[in-house]
Amino acid sequence: MTTTAPPAGTPVGDEHTTRSPLSRLQHLLHAQATIGPAVVLLIAIVVFALLSDRFLQPNNISLILQQVAVVGTLAVGQTIIILTAGIDLSCGAVMVLTSIVMAKVAAETGLPGVPALLLGFLIGTVCGLLNGLLVTRLRLPPFIVTLGTLNVFFALNLWYSESATIRGGDMPKLLLWTGETFTVGNTRITYGSIIMVLLVAGMAFVLKNTSWGRHVYATGDDPEASRLSGIRTARVLLSVYATAGVIYALAAWILIGRIASASPQAGQTENLDSITAVVIGGTSLFGGRGAIVGSLIGALIVGVFRNGLALAGVDVLWQTFAVGVLIIAAVSIDQWIRKVKP
Amino acid sequence: MTTPILQARGLVKRYGRVTALAGADLDLMPGEILAVIGDNGAGKSSLIKALCGAVIPDEGEILLDGRPVSFATPVDARVAGIETVHQSLAVAPSLDIAANLFLGRERRRPGVLGSVFRMLDRTGMRAEAKKQLDALGIMTIQNPGQAVETLSGGQRQAVAVARAAAFGSRVVIMDEPTAALGVRESRAVLDLILQVRDRGLPVILISHNMPHVFEVADRVHIQRLGRRKAVVDPKTISMSDAVAIMTGAKEAPE
Amino acid sequence: MTKPRHGRSRRGTMALVAASALLIPLAACGGGSSGGSSSGSGDVLVGLVTKTDTNPFFVKMKEGAQQAAGKTGAKLQSFAGKQDGDNQSQVDAIENLIGAGAKGILITPNDSKGIVPSVDKARKAGLLVIALDTQLEPADAADATFATDNYQAGLLIGKWAKATFEKSGKPAKIALLDLSPNQVSVDVQRDQGFLEGFGVDVKDKGRIGDESDPRIVGHDVTDGAPAGGRTAMENLLQKDSGITLVYTINEPAAAGAYEALKAAGKEKDVVIVSVDGGCPGVGNVKSGIIGATSQQYPLKMAQMGVEAVAKFAKDGTKPSNTAGKAFVDTGVTLITDKPAAAVESKDSAWGLENCWG
Repeated sequence: MTTTAPPAGTPVGDEHTTRSPLSRLQHLLHAQATIGPAVVLLIAIVVFALLSDRFLQPNNISLILQQVAVVGTLAVGQTIIILTAGIDLSCGAVMVLTSIVMAKVAAETGLPGVPALLLGFLIGTVCGLLNGLLVTRLRLPPFIVTLGTLNVFFALNLWYSESATIRGGDMPKLLLWTGETFTVGNTRITYGSIIMVLLVAGMAFVLKNTSWGRHVYATGDDPEASRLSGIRTARVLLSVYATAGVIYALAAWILIGRIASASPQAGQTENLDSITAVVIGGTSLFGGRGAIVGSLIGALIVGVFRNGLALAGVDVLWQTFAVGVLIIAAVSIDQWIRKVKP
Repeated sequence: MTTPILQARGLVKRYGRVTALAGADLDLMPGEILAVIGDNGAGKSSLIKALCGAVIPDEGEILLDGRPVSFATPVDARVAGIETVHQSLAVAPSLDIAANLFLGRERRRPGVLGSVFRMLDRTGMRAEAKKQLDALGIMTIQNPGQAVETLSGGQRQAVAVARAAAFGSRVVIMDEPTAALGVRESRAVLDLILQVRDRGLPVILISHNMPHVFEVADRVHIQRLGRRKAVVDPKTISMSDAVAIMTGAKEAPE
Repeated sequence: MTKPRHGRSRRGTMALVAASALLIPLAACGGGSSGGSSSGSGDVLVGLVTKTDTNPFFVKMKEGAQQAAGKTGAKLQSFAGKQDGDNQSQVDAIENLIGAGAKGILITPNDSKGIVPSVDKARKAGLLVIALDTQLEPADAADATFATDNYQAGLLIGKWAKATFEKSGKPAKIALLDLSPNQVSVDVQRDQGFLEGFGVDVKDKGRIGDESDPRIVGHDVTDGAPAGGRTAMENLLQKDSGITLVYTINEPAAAGAYEALKAAGKEKDVVIVSVDGGCPGVGNVKSGIIGATSQQYPLKMAQMGVEAVAKFAKDGTKPSNTAGKAFVDTGVTLITDKPAAAVESKDSAWGLENCWG
């Protein structure tokens, strides 16, 4: 690339006009979509701390982290899929299928912990790949594909488990390790919550600092532009769905640790919960916009509300109400942010 | 006699019963701006798509520096040194300018961080983007870290042109670069096109806008009914005559 | 020049479509959400429509129905909703059964009000319709209801808890882990039955949460699943770490609650009671995780239902309700290894012989 001395500056655009405060806010949120949810989380923490002095106890904070660990992990996989303007309705089903296969095979054949865990990751990857292939090869909308695979995976789960729960005592210890705790000072923290936090940090790093990460955003933002720029969008999509499958298997491991069993009835509310966390966290359902940290914040917001309202003695009905309001607010704000004019 | 940098001979492209290209030719000389004009259905876009690798012609051949080449995908054309600024600009709106400049060919950090961890050299790409924008004299974009969607139409066009100029090593193709712009912004983009040419990169410019064409082009290729009808010199022919040849009202001078 | 490379990818796509098409009938055979599965031979067609086919409770019900169908020489066709609350699939199932000439329908309704018009249609067409486990609203919209007396189930564990706590002298601090915020009848009946059995003033028997007894620490919801049970227990325990008695809507929720107590080191200080009587749950009574559980009999419900339809087909007699109740009580037994005075119970060994799931 050669460079020559530039001539007198070539103006190619209008100068910025002064903006109203609301417009400024709109631009700020546009640049950093995670600020909104972070502020909501902060406000929620302050309010609940005022409502109950037990809220800010370190053990309670650790508790909230444990309570959102499964959904938080699922949400990481869900986020990268939603970033490509897709969606995965089957994440809970993949998780429960993986947990059942891992636990049942180990319980029946005496397979030790490590191979059982690897088997779980394999199942998760295969399920993710299936979703990815149906989306990229058959060009079906992800909503339809994952709606179908949700039923298929859940049916396989019931068939293989014969609707019976596998007890923790029958499993290798490694599968239950995510539920074990270590102590920091007086606070007990589970390994499962740490795994979730590390996953969030790791994926955030990858998305920001690797070309794969950038291609994920570009594919969701403008698939045509990405293709014209030489990005193999089908490959990107396939890798995203497969990666999500691995992450759902990780969530299965954390789930087993939490309920000390593998239950075929689990994972039904987690499907929508993961999408809720991603949406509240500021990631746009239209793709190309959002951050992993946002999804963790989204999961934490729901967990904080649930815990805080319970401590304050508020009826459970209002928890459900609050989550509904949060979702609508998050999507409305996202729509408003998108309208920003240069 | 100078060899044309890029040549097309006898290109044929059919879409079902419609023949878009019926044996089209093209010659692009080094260091020139060749404008391609033609009415709707003349085969302009098919010709350009064949040259930039977006479609594969049914018959005919393309020569780069006198040697035959075939492009299966747009990436092949890019690798051969042909950069295209599409009418849609092909920029990802929520990514920043530097990210768009390097889209699909991101730079990695030197050493272990780059090869093993595959980390992006984000500061390096931003610095290079600023350099490229400055080199073309685009002064109003100060921050290469701002998202492309915050830019005006003309600024976005400038980014797309800068990208093509930065990576193009043999040819730059521009498809309707001023179509969506106002008077002042068109002015600026036309200046950019001249700059690209002055840097030594030949430009193929497709445009409907006759005044713009006649302002910057060195030669004008007139496409009609899937073939090259004529190549005229804008300094010796009038705009209305060129349009007449384009619509078939007049015969080409030979 | 080179020809376009469409041929290869299209073949691959078609192979994938063919493979997927094979999966669909497999999936349909496995669960039968809106398809039917039949067993047995004979003239009388009986339809079974359950809420879902995932809950072991309904799996057992279906088994019971199939066994009874085999014995009485009836033919069984079973359907299920796709998930809890799916009314439409059950409406479609009833229509299918009417069209297929069924003599009777056994149904656990997802929407006890919403299904009534379809049930009316079936009865007008001459079918016998029996509600299983959950009453319709109004209850007489069905020819009969075969159900567990869920209030009685709650009452038994409540009385047991009261006697146990009076004996030990420990103060009772109660946490109630319910199903959902929707005030579903089974949820309300078990919760309120338990409280009445324990001696708490329940105020409105039809509402969870309107009590003001200071011994109650709080209510939370579990979705009837272990993960929900754990979260609900954790939150209530955080509110008041002195909880000594936990009522749970079912045994999976109880299992989750136990994990929370164990993590807090409180599993020895807290008594858990539950309802269901599934085999894993009774196993938990045996191992001391659950103090007492009320066992119900889905198998019996379904068997009695099939027999009633067979009888109706033969001579037109309709089943009559248990004396003093608006339904046919299929029975509930308290299962515990720590019997309390004044409350009849059976031990876990007996429970394991009669359990389901």
